Amino acid sequence: MLLMQQILNGLLDGVYYLLIALGLSLIFSLGGIVNLAHGAFFAIGAYLTLVISPYLGFGGALVLSPVLVALLGILIERTLFRRFYRSDPILSLLLTFGLAMVAEQALRMIFGAPPLSYSIPQALRGQVVIGNFIYSFYRVVLIGIAVACVAGLWFLLQKTPFGRVVRAGVQNPDMVGALGISLQPYMAAVAALGIGLAGLAGVLLAPIYAVHPAMGNEIITPAFVVVVIGGLGSFWGVVVAALLVGLVKGVMVGIGYSAASTAAIYFLMLLVLLVRPRGLFGERMTRLEQ
Amino acid sequence: MPDTPQFTRRRLLQSAGGLALASSIAAPSVLLAQSADVIRIGHLTPRTGFLGPLGEYGVMAIDLAVEEINAKGGVMGRKIELLKEDSVNPQTASTKAERMIERDKVACIIGEISSASCLTIAQVAQRTKTLFINTGGNSDALRGSDCKRYMFHVESQNSMYVKTAGRAHLRDGLVKGKKWYSLTADYAFGHDLLKVSKRFMEANGGQFVGDDLVPTDAADFSSYLLKIRDAKPDLVVINLAGNQITNFLKQYAEFGLTFPVGGFGFDTALAWAAGKGNFVGTWPVVWHHLIETPGTKAFVGAFTKKYGKPPENQAWGDYIAMKIVAQTINDLKSAESPKFIEHLEKGAKFDLLKTREGYFRASDHQLMHEMYTVTALPADKVKNQWDIFTSGDPVPGPDESLEVIAATKEENSCTFPA
Repeated sequence: MLLMQQILNGLLDGVYYLLIALGLSLIFSLGGIVNLAHGAFFAIGAYLTLVISPYLGFGGALVLSPVLVALLGILIERTLFRRFYRSDPILSLLLTFGLAMVAEQALRMIFGAPPLSYSIPQALRGQVVIGNFIYSFYRVVLIGIAVACVAGLWFLLQKTPFGRVVRAGVQNPDMVGALGISLQPYMAAVAALGIGLAGLAGVLLAPIYAVHPAMGNEIITPAFVVVVIGGLGSFWGVVVAALLVGLVKGVMVGIGYSAASTAAIYFLMLLVLLVRPRGLFGERMTRLEQ
Repeated sequence: MPDTPQFTRRRLLQSAGGLALASSIAAPSVLLAQSADVIRIGHLTPRTGFLGPLGEYGVMAIDLAVEEINAKGGVMGRKIELLKEDSVNPQTASTKAERMIERDKVACIIGEISSASCLTIAQVAQRTKTLFINTGGNSDALRGSDCKRYMFHVESQNSMYVKTAGRAHLRDGLVKGKKWYSLTADYAFGHDLLKVSKRFMEANGGQFVGDDLVPTDAADFSSYLLKIRDAKPDLVVINLAGNQITNFLKQYAEFGLTFPVGGFGFDTALAWAAGKGNFVGTWPVVWHHLIETPGTKAFVGAFTKKYGKPPENQAWGDYIAMKIVAQTINDLKSAESPKFIEHLEKGAKFDLLKTREGYFRASDHQLMHEMYTVTALPADKVKNQWDIFTSGDPVPGPDESLEVIAATKEENSCTFPA
């Protein structure tokens, strides 16, 4: 019975990784940039929640904070990322690594190093009890919002002209160029979407996590693992991998091997890479594999 | 296609590995000119990572202490010059300690929070015969099997924390015949604390119904909360460290669990971050900002004036260590570590901003001093974001020896290596 609860809880946990990992995967697939600063945008989203809430409430922060983070994403894409799409990947790694440090230090200078206090808004407190399974009402709302965003993103990528161009760009940017379509505005839009999602995750997790300058580091590593397991360029790969990572972590705790719960997700990654080097649903991408 | 990037997974992994390596090597700092009119003191503490927020309080506090000491004429008529660095991890801590001692010629090193980094710094201190004062590493092993003649401890050892909080739990009837469920940080500090907690429970007739090790990067506790709910313990014991305590407290309230909570390692900054309503339980501290003594009031006043918020307990450790160093150098008219150690081992007394003076125990170099428990106030009794707990009386009480809460020779014995 407890194990069933742990499985369910683990799957639900996976949803948090999803918000971060989807954006990471999008930006990587289209521009080839491994955004090590993704966790920093998550942290900025959380801090903006603390700044905005006193004026507009949690609801206001939920809308405004991801939008502001997305605008920051566009700014950074236009001024920095675009210069590195075609260069050696070590340069973009260095860029985003540096960016992550600058962002973390900036948060530390502005808000101080100690964690800041922020709680679940009154209206969203309480628990949901189904049989023997207890879950926080806030997390139900959180997962609802996350699932809606993921569904919206899927629709955008699969069912709209915008999505068609993005998917074509992921597969073969030169062919898209040959067809007379400039990928530039799409790159900016994808950066805004991906980074905005990280900001949204920051808002959603601020009430239940400690809000501190390095909070991005806690979530970025599992998100990378999710992207690698899921496979580059695969929307559903990331979704399945996120749930799988949450599940493995939860079950490891559930069966009494909590100390190995972090190691287990790396082991899972190793196994997946051994069997499927492109990840679970990774497609062959000519431009990434010579 | 000529302009496609040379981008392969192998290349990516190499790059990532290189970055990780580069980031672990410290940035070179400018060589400092030696001068005769200052005395240099090294300060090393984690300023990034999960202990970073606490380290920052240590930095603020030692800056304040140096400012106060220099305003009063410094030590032996010379100003103190503080060299501060982020200790990052045990390897980096040791490299930086070496550089501070051998190149910058610091008189001593103060600081640290991570027990693992304390050990690597202490090894350097022992080898170079330079004093190291630990202000935040709790593990008993540092005062036992790993003790060093050149290392002193202002921070209390785990045994003192466990016995202090244990008294409160005994008083509240939460020990004898009761069931505890513990979450333990999975590194040196946590393992040591778990061992001491179990010894306390065995000695007092209680038992553990659950005991989970938590990886230091875990931020979500929902899986643990489900297990705790299922186990129905009489007390949930939190032996975590840093931001994890805040995360746990926020999520414990979120899941609506109501078992009494306690823990054997704690920092008030973490309670402040959890906030009223989320912060629950009874916890041990070396010091807190609501202690009613003139010394504490002056320190809290000066700190709040300078930084706009009250100091938390880690601030006390670094502040008091710096004051002890300055007072000792002035008394001895010397900053040489061997003389310093001899003086402390003879039982020199120090004002610690508490009701009684304290001294270092010669057998393991642990500071003997009063400790406190704090208990969370219910949300409707909280008046501001800082004063969210009430304080118990000093432990040990006024008629007891300060040594009653420290580990006995049988529990933890230290034989200083030559």
